[in-house]
Amino acid sequence: MGVIKVKDLIFEYIRRDEEGNVEGITTAVDDVSLDINQGDFVSILGHNGSGKSTLAKHLNAILYPTEGTVWVDGKDTKKDEYLWDIRQTAGMVFQNPDNQIIGQVVEEDVGFGPENMGVPTKEIWERVEESLKAVGMYEFRKHSPNKLSGGQKQRVSIAGVIAMHPKCIILDEPTAMLDPKGRKEVIRAVRALNDVEKITIILITHYMEEVIYSDKVYVMDKGKVALQGTPREIFSQVERLRKLRLDVPQVTLLAHELKQEGFPIPEGILTKEEFAEAIDRCADML
Amino acid sequence: MSIILDKVSHIYEAGTTMSVTALDNVSLVIPDGQFIGLIGHTGSGKSTLVQHLNGLLKATSGSIYFNGEDIDAEDFDKKRLRSKVGLVFQYPEYQLFEADVFSDVCFGPKNLGLTPKEVELRAYEALKLAGIEDEYFYQSPFDLSGGQKRRVAIAGVLAMKPDVLILDEPTAGLDPMGRDEILEQISKLKKETGITVMLVSHSMDDVAKYVDRIIVMNRGGVMLDDEPAKIFKQYERLEEVGLAAPQVTYIMKALHDRGYDVRLDINTIDEAKKEIMSYFSRLAAAKRRR
Repeated sequence: MGVIKVKDLIFEYIRRDEEGNVEGITTAVDDVSLDINQGDFVSILGHNGSGKSTLAKHLNAILYPTEGTVWVDGKDTKKDEYLWDIRQTAGMVFQNPDNQIIGQVVEEDVGFGPENMGVPTKEIWERVEESLKAVGMYEFRKHSPNKLSGGQKQRVSIAGVIAMHPKCIILDEPTAMLDPKGRKEVIRAVRALNDVEKITIILITHYMEEVIYSDKVYVMDKGKVALQGTPREIFSQVERLRKLRLDVPQVTLLAHELKQEGFPIPEGILTKEEFAEAIDRCADML
Repeated sequence: MSIILDKVSHIYEAGTTMSVTALDNVSLVIPDGQFIGLIGHTGSGKSTLVQHLNGLLKATSGSIYFNGEDIDAEDFDKKRLRSKVGLVFQYPEYQLFEADVFSDVCFGPKNLGLTPKEVELRAYEALKLAGIEDEYFYQSPFDLSGGQKRRVAIAGVLAMKPDVLILDEPTAGLDPMGRDEILEQISKLKKETGITVMLVSHSMDDVAKYVDRIIVMNRGGVMLDDEPAKIFKQYERLEEVGLAAPQVTYIMKALHDRGYDVRLDINTIDEAKKEIMSYFSRLAAAKRRR
């Protein structure tokens, strides 16, 4: 069993009108099964309202399945006694950094998690330092989080999760509010955590370029897994993704459009180097 | 209807040890009817700048002129300024509060002292401009999708009939289709009304396709101010300040580096496709001649 295993997960919630009368039932996650191994880098794509955030919230016991089961590190998330173990094993980073920072000083905020876990003081400071360095925010350790920009705050939030030494980090659109440099830094930090520390990464994003490094991509639609595969397998299906309100990276799209015009270019080009090589072959064939 | 910034600086908590210079001697002219992209990394001063344009923040030094009038003058009507320069904040959907979409959009013009008839007319026009269909008018704004909510919030500002519409990160958090829809809608309303529109963004891919002028901010100052193609050509300078050109610009650069004689001032997929196709037809013609 992988570090995260989801079996036949269904999540329903009851919609109510303003008087509290039941209007109906919405199935936000509809029969999803996943098995994610320790050390995997998994991305989840899907349009707004496709159920990906709801799914993610099941992975560290913020929400519980209506039907089916979620295991984190072999522990059933429905069992209360595992709650703190699960939250420690699977850390979560949300989209809006303003909702997840509590400390008055950056380093205190990052130390909050390990402190609550009963980590000895000396080790807390070591963890704070390494975590802040991992996200490039060490020089801001004495600053007030209120004075940071959105992107900087987000990196502090990620450091706060890293400091708890989780086996798995779930990032729910962590870069939605960042500029290109901030995005690159966050994704680089996330990849390094995956490569070097072998932390399992589950990345939810709307930026297609961030997905090309993952081992596996799931595409959600209407609460179900609509597509799954390697980035190349997923991005080879340009038209299908468009129907799911998604994009492909610009380089993939350009290759696809040239192919439509008769250029002998394969589908699923992911980087500009691959693209240039494909163009070389086209030029040779002339 | 121009806005002129003359040597505007803004220092947060001036005179304390915590002081931060957010705007540093910015001079800009924003003439009527332009479609402007205001780009900069987080913390570069973009949001501080736009909050000066409708008088939400007061410059520490320097002056701002709206139609030739100093907005910090004693007798200047700031309330009028705020209805003329409409500012749509980040995540504006959090500011929706009324029971139905139509009432929410009516809230602004209602406070202008217009007749109820006029208020409703404005709300209707604004919702149409924002691309909200009639069927949603009497729904709760909270039942709409993320992209729809955002358009309702934009309609709320449009109902004030602004001459200048400023949108701070209008696509943040939307899925790719939602992003395209909202930008298409803004571009369309720009064409229909002819008002000045300023898109504040750090996504070059977003603005490249739409705007006719890009202002790049860095460390509280204006670093570049030009038309998009000329800005993106200087992608190395953009990278130095935490920004990037659209991915296609880099693709063309990679081809050029391999010896393909293609143009480098390209920033949309359509342009890139046309350029590569025209390159290949030139190449084919050259080979035939040989």
